[in-house]
Amino acid sequence: MGKSVLLIEDEPNIIEAISFLLERDGWTVRLHTEGVGAVEAVDKATPDVVVLDVMLPGRSGFDILRDLRTDASTRALPVLMLTARGQTKDRELARDYGVSHFMTKPFSNAEMLQAVRDLSEGLTPQSSGDAT
Amino acid sequence: MTATGLTGTRIRDRRLVQQLKQADLARSVGISASYLNLIEHNRRRIGGKLLMQIAAALKVTPTALSEGADVMLTRQLEALATQGVEVEGDRIDEFIGRFPGWAQMLSDQQERLTKMEARLQGLNDRLTHDPVLSQSMHDVLGAAAAIRSTASILIQNPDIDADWRGRFHGNIDAESRRLADTSAAMAAHFDALSNDQPGYSTPVEAVSAYLEQRAFHVAELETDDDISTLMDKETGFQTPGSVDLAEAFLAQYREDARMMPLEAFIRATEECEFDPLQLAAVFSVALPTVFRRIATLPRNPARPDIGFASCDAAGSLLLLKRPLGFAFRRSGDACRLWPLFEALRKPGMPLRETLISPEGKRFAAFAVAHQHSATTFNATPIFQASMVLISDPDGRYSDRPVAVDCPICGAGGCGAWRAPSNLQNEP
Repeated sequence: MGKSVLLIEDEPNIIEAISFLLERDGWTVRLHTEGVGAVEAVDKATPDVVVLDVMLPGRSGFDILRDLRTDASTRALPVLMLTARGQTKDRELARDYGVSHFMTKPFSNAEMLQAVRDLSEGLTPQSSGDAT
Repeated sequence: MTATGLTGTRIRDRRLVQQLKQADLARSVGISASYLNLIEHNRRRIGGKLLMQIAAALKVTPTALSEGADVMLTRQLEALATQGVEVEGDRIDEFIGRFPGWAQMLSDQQERLTKMEARLQGLNDRLTHDPVLSQSMHDVLGAAAAIRSTASILIQNPDIDADWRGRFHGNIDAESRRLADTSAAMAAHFDALSNDQPGYSTPVEAVSAYLEQRAFHVAELETDDDISTLMDKETGFQTPGSVDLAEAFLAQYREDARMMPLEAFIRATEECEFDPLQLAAVFSVALPTVFRRIATLPRNPARPDIGFASCDAAGSLLLLKRPLGFAFRRSGDACRLWPLFEALRKPGMPLRETLISPEGKRFAAFAVAHQHSATTFNATPIFQASMVLISDPDGRYSDRPVAVDCPICGAGGCGAWRAPSNLQNEP
């Protein structure tokens, strides 16, 4: 059975593009489209990597990340954050909360795909200006 | 006009600055040198024609001699003298006397700088916190991300089947439309911001300016209930925030006017001598309502001069009506001893103090903080304070040295003095 990604994102066309890319790469992609219930979705899906948007309906990606890091079962789970906000303070906040990698939209498909692969292997993704 | 106090000292100072001999000045105005000497040592009162003659000889206005240099100007220069560069702070009066034009220009420049700082801060706040801009940026970047990813997929996967190809073309079309719409909305938003009343960095400033133009009295709402007609005629508000705030204020004005009709309220103010507590009892309304109603009375020389201020729990001024001779600013430099701020620490407790302007005008200040009506259970209460100022030349109320603006307050030693802004201290 291949590795799985939980994509927590609310933009339908971004969901479609990322899902297509990951599935073509052999990943099983599960989806959660809002902030509320995201932590429970992670617990249920037990993915190898989480791709997490920052601005979500109901709850921010930062809050979700913080909860994941306070739970022993998800403390080490690789989390790739995607955000339309690339401000320094957002990156610092994500780093403080324990993000594995941080990418700003619009992102390169190849870099996003490589980051997911690296994270699942326990590697540190190459940074193209997006801080981790 | 009969001058008192240190008029003689001022005459002497001006004469010495101009290097005029006492005898020469005395001769030029037709009095003896010994009499001028008595005047200069404040042993003789001086007024009327002689004061005007001496003022003309010294090339100053009689008021400059009888009341001294502009107190506000002196205070502003004193505040400037504390801002880093070492200057001859003990010679400010002399500087104003010898170079009144330069002194005024320096003061005006400082005032302008303060306004620019406030505007800069407002613009910075707007860019950082404007929810419209924030949402628009999120939408633009989201659409750009979807288009970029989808277009890359189409280019890099030429073997993609027709169904996927069709879906991705549709997605690009939808996202490009979203990008176009959002960009147009952002451009319109920026347009509206730049077309807002020049100099107003926030809706609060725009609404305060609108009300100041009307001296805080909106005659139409005393007889006509239709706020939308009033707003339709008003073209000054070009941001949604300004419109919302203006509509909210006018709706409250109309409600206050209904509860306290103008003629009855004016009669009551005369009977109660503007005592807000008595007025609240007469009309069975809360104190903040009375404060607002007093502030919106039409200006009348027979009535006291009125000022008004309200602030939120963070101390940010929300609305400001400046009474004559009380030039307080909206720059966040208000004196922290205002009862307006004290009231926030004692919600529901009406406070009364006397405020004295730099020019010596006395105002009775009444303030109270009240809680906004809760809309949900278990919500943290939100407080707002309001203060009405009523000119009080006879000093009916107790004294306390409360100033207007903090950095230019000349009181000193109050324990509440706030240093000027960091921007002003930058080399």
